[in-house]
Amino acid sequence: MNDLYRPKPVTIRKIVIENEAKDIKTFELVFLDREDRERFKFTCGQFAMLSVLESGESPIGIASSPLDDEYLQFTVKRYPTGVLTTALHNLEEGTQIGVRGPYGNFYPLEAMEGKNVLIVGGGFAFTTLRSTIRYLLHEKNRSRFKDITVLYGARSPGELIYKSQLKEWEERDDISMYVTVDKGDENWKGRVGLVPNVLKEVAPSSKNSIALVCGPPIMLKYTMVPLLDLGFSPQTIVTSLERRMSCGIGKCGRCNISSRYVCKDGPVFTYAELRELPEGAL
Amino acid sequence: MKGKVIGKEQLAGWLDNLREEYDVWAPVKGNGLVSFHPINSASEIYFGFLNTRKTPKDLFFPQSEVLFSFRRGEMEKDRDTLLEKPRIIFAIRPCDAQNLALLDKVFDSEDYQDPYYVERRKGTLLFGMACTHPQTTCFCTSMRAGPFEKTCLDLLIVDLGNDRYFVEAVTEQGKDAIGKNNLLEDAGEKDTERLAKTKKEAEEKIKSKIVIEGLEEKLDKIFDSSLWDRVHQRCLGCAICTYLCSTCHCFALLDEKVDSGGQRIRSWDSCMFPGFTLEASGHNPRISNKERMRQRVMHKFNYFVKNFGQTACVGCGRCIRNCPVNIDIREIIQEIDNE
Repeated sequence: MNDLYRPKPVTIRKIVIENEAKDIKTFELVFLDREDRERFKFTCGQFAMLSVLESGESPIGIASSPLDDEYLQFTVKRYPTGVLTTALHNLEEGTQIGVRGPYGNFYPLEAMEGKNVLIVGGGFAFTTLRSTIRYLLHEKNRSRFKDITVLYGARSPGELIYKSQLKEWEERDDISMYVTVDKGDENWKGRVGLVPNVLKEVAPSSKNSIALVCGPPIMLKYTMVPLLDLGFSPQTIVTSLERRMSCGIGKCGRCNISSRYVCKDGPVFTYAELRELPEGAL
Repeated sequence: MKGKVIGKEQLAGWLDNLREEYDVWAPVKGNGLVSFHPINSASEIYFGFLNTRKTPKDLFFPQSEVLFSFRRGEMEKDRDTLLEKPRIIFAIRPCDAQNLALLDKVFDSEDYQDPYYVERRKGTLLFGMACTHPQTTCFCTSMRAGPFEKTCLDLLIVDLGNDRYFVEAVTEQGKDAIGKNNLLEDAGEKDTERLAKTKKEAEEKIKSKIVIEGLEEKLDKIFDSSLWDRVHQRCLGCAICTYLCSTCHCFALLDEKVDSGGQRIRSWDSCMFPGFTLEASGHNPRISNKERMRQRVMHKFNYFVKNFGQTACVGCGRCIRNCPVNIDIREIIQEIDNE
């Protein structure tokens, strides 16, 4: 009849366990029908519904770059009460699942052109930021953006995700990487400190800059303060929100914050937009 | 458009003619409830109803429906069609018909058209039955409508209180439905007079008034008001107000296992349930009845207005009549107005 709610079949080509706790995995998906991938036109910051028959669907941010045209990647944290995330984590490479999307708005890539880009991520809320970094660093795109600064933190060294990718980026000279952990261990030789504190130390310039920030709510809250102190205006601070969703297209009525639907009006909002919403709704 | 009249005794003949081309759905009494069912004869129709307990929105957006089935990990083919024949919904109340204008905004929006809703909507004619006996819980006249409201209707039928119905075509399709038989005749002066009188009497019976002018702006200011601490106190969180609501459109997509396969189903869901917004991490942005009650009121009288320019309430009063603890949306709105 119509495929509005029908997922497109994909095969899990590769699964990477991202963290020590083994509850964060990256799934690399390939469409069974090549045309489905071509139709799946997305931009950094968007999400899709991942679907496992018998277990339902969940909205997950797209972690691969739009220019990774062979595959899609999604990084998923398993929660003991999460039906879909648990089902996904129990699957093996080669299994067929479904993808529905892409949905939502995206990071302001056009507005970022000719500007310095500051990217701040915390924990596993680094997925659509990773998509963005891959996109910005692509040889076709890099020259269109000025300085790229990435500040990424996790609770402990074992909880940092995309480790090999982080290493790759650290070796490049066209991106400044600051990776930090809340608490180190005997092998950790890197930076130790909470994201907002490290941000104060690094003190990136807000001049001609846009900041993309994603992380747990508590990190977001305490990161806004130094960002504003550094001179970033609420319009130039961009973040991405999450909510429980069912349809992903603004109909099922559950992901709203005030009159804005996270699935349709978001998930990307500027800090200026968030400040317009009642705090109790966030 | 000049009205027609039909003798009550002729109605069966008219509906029989229409049934050649359409599936005719009408209010039928059974199991102590009146609800819409396909009929084979006009004698099945129950005319004594005030309004159905359940809203006829489920004829367009069913309480639960299968989106697709799957077996051994493979999705099965879609159904080709939802309606075998075009439908007529006979004797839908004006408030429930007007409600479809609101649901259209959600399900037939510019960006994504819900195929299930849209197909049913396009394949259905609405023959409204004016409300000559509004209930004490009705407040449609406060919602920019009334017991004779014609929004979304193809035909409006009015019981003139004698041996006749007045029939007014609202759309071209409604006109066609009249034109196809000779049982209806042009209304005379007496009929039109009687119509005006019936309408006036019906409107006068609706005593409850709520003020929606300025309500949206008012609600903008009171998100953090202590009012929300009070109005939810009695609420049991049973969600009947949303299940029987004409305008509530929230749903969940769920998978259900059956034998060697399963189905993805769409089911009505409710913002009054804690699980509605509960995330896998354990975080719940609407943690108590307070936030959920606020969401229900805000969605109808503020968010929907912001998104679609209209209030998401038609004043049918079902939430008032069916609440087990007598929560009355009219009183809540009054309290908001007093803030």
